[in-house]
Amino acid sequence: MRRVLPHILLAAFGLLMVWPFLWMLSTACKDYASASTPSLSLWPGMFHWQNLPDTFRAAPFGRYFFNSFLVAGTVSLSVVLTSLMAGYAFARLRFPGRGVLFALVLGSMMVPFEAIFVPNFVLISRLGWYDSYAALIVPWCANAFSIFLMRQAFLALPADFYDAARIDGCGHLRFLFRIGAPLVRPMVITVALFAFLGSYNSLLWPLVVTADGSMRVVQVGLTAFNTDAGVRINLLMCASAIVILPTVVLYFAAQRYFVESALGAGIKA
Amino acid sequence: MTRMAETFAALPDRLLALLDSLLDRFPRRMGDIPAAVLLTAPALLVLGAFSFTPMVNALTLSLRGGKHGDGAFIGLGNYLDALRSGEFWQSLTVTIYYVLGTIPAMLAFSFLIALVLHRISRARGFFRTLYFLPYVTSVVAAAMVWRSLFNPRGGVFNLLMAWVGVAPQQWLLEPRGMLHLLTGGAVNASIGPSMALCCVMLFDIWHGCGFMIVVFLAGLSSIPREVEESARIDGAGGLRTLWHITLPLLSPTIFFLGVVGVVRAFQAFNSFYALTQGGGNTQDTRNLILYIYSQFYDYGYWGYATAASTMLTLAIVALTALQWRFVGRRVHYS
Repeated sequence: MRRVLPHILLAAFGLLMVWPFLWMLSTACKDYASASTPSLSLWPGMFHWQNLPDTFRAAPFGRYFFNSFLVAGTVSLSVVLTSLMAGYAFARLRFPGRGVLFALVLGSMMVPFEAIFVPNFVLISRLGWYDSYAALIVPWCANAFSIFLMRQAFLALPADFYDAARIDGCGHLRFLFRIGAPLVRPMVITVALFAFLGSYNSLLWPLVVTADGSMRVVQVGLTAFNTDAGVRINLLMCASAIVILPTVVLYFAAQRYFVESALGAGIKA
Repeated sequence: MTRMAETFAALPDRLLALLDSLLDRFPRRMGDIPAAVLLTAPALLVLGAFSFTPMVNALTLSLRGGKHGDGAFIGLGNYLDALRSGEFWQSLTVTIYYVLGTIPAMLAFSFLIALVLHRISRARGFFRTLYFLPYVTSVVAAAMVWRSLFNPRGGVFNLLMAWVGVAPQQWLLEPRGMLHLLTGGAVNASIGPSMALCCVMLFDIWHGCGFMIVVFLAGLSSIPREVEESARIDGAGGLRTLWHITLPLLSPTIFFLGVVGVVRAFQAFNSFYALTQGGGNTQDTRNLILYIYSQFYDYGYWGYATAASTMLTLAIVALTALQWRFVGRRVHYS
């Protein structure tokens, strides 16, 4: 009994944790009539596949997904590039002002985004970027925490790699991208995941800098879908499920890095 | 065709080699400086433009009155307006209720789950995955699910209430205080957090505890097994070992999670917005960020909104410093 008790306890609370998701999937499988009938059962009793095309017809989720993937993908790629470069420079190069600059970079982590979203919005509108991909992407193309993580990764590399490459006449850039980047691959993946998720799940900034329906990302689209009159609950759950799907797939594909990025995210906030 | 593909594949290499040879043209005495400029420029440009410049602009913008940031200079007028505004204080109260209602509960629950998870060897990975799952899903999508669960008409929570024989509740649409409802009206309805706010808290406890569990697990596995074993051999019981050995050794982790949790809770936006907008978004669930957002977005008071967010930043910094000062000292590092 003592040996199974922990498992029973964990299973009971675990069921509570995933219960909302199971309910979501179950409701997403039902037609409107049975979805709006109150029920505690998790088994849908039917698989109303028509919900999927209906959801995409009720709101332009295709467009929302295109926007979200474009934005999150570009942000993720850019963050990897900028933090690889800056992290390498702060770890391996000698130049005057390195300490001060790095302290400044770290200092920018202290300022919560909420404190500067209004002046950032003003800047974006002055640049004429309101309602554009640039507004959604460019401000997030570098972040202090990723630079910090990359610097740590490069510091952890033995200096021999670097010296050997230099003796062979390999320049900084070729070393960084051909030898260095593959060596710090776990960190590259962690940083990329972290940036992708942060961008994909963000809500406040897209709400502030976009207004046009064609520029909506999925998170904004989903909140709008909910408030639009006459939304049907089975379609809303179907929409929620497809919004959650990409992150869950990523999670199962790269669990190890996920836990690391969560630990990393914790240090950041 | 293959030649073209080969040339194409070699392009990045050529580009890197070209850039390297350009860097080599600089005089030797400049050392790493040219490379450092090239490598740090993209990151520093983005951070400079979208972190540092807005910080400075925030200070000047917060001193301007009127709408859309083009009002006259009014000194500290916006700050004083906020401090005199009942809505500002109300939103701060909501934020404080939220912090007090989520962080201790999350820490306690996550610690217990992590403790049990740490003890088992079979299926630990499976359970960790299970508990971490809500944390990786988007707050907005999860909130849509919870809104439906909280639906006063036919939502699952009311079905459960009916099952245990309690009258149906309004949940996210209930502005009356939780204490008022629990005491059957003995406490004034405006005292304490509203039921709607408590629902938001419950959602965020559910959504965020996976993160704390994972961090606690990492902390627990860093405690050497011998330490706990030797305590047991010396005759300490399970609870005493927990209290005198495990908890003190974990205090850096608890402290870290507490600080991070409080800072995050002060900035909560997504869950409040997704759970309450379009009905139910009344004063009792409007936290500071939502208040700032609505002053900016709905009313166009850019200067005022910036002043309020500057004060929020100061509050967060002050609170973190206080935590370091009073709790940080007692934390056991070794």
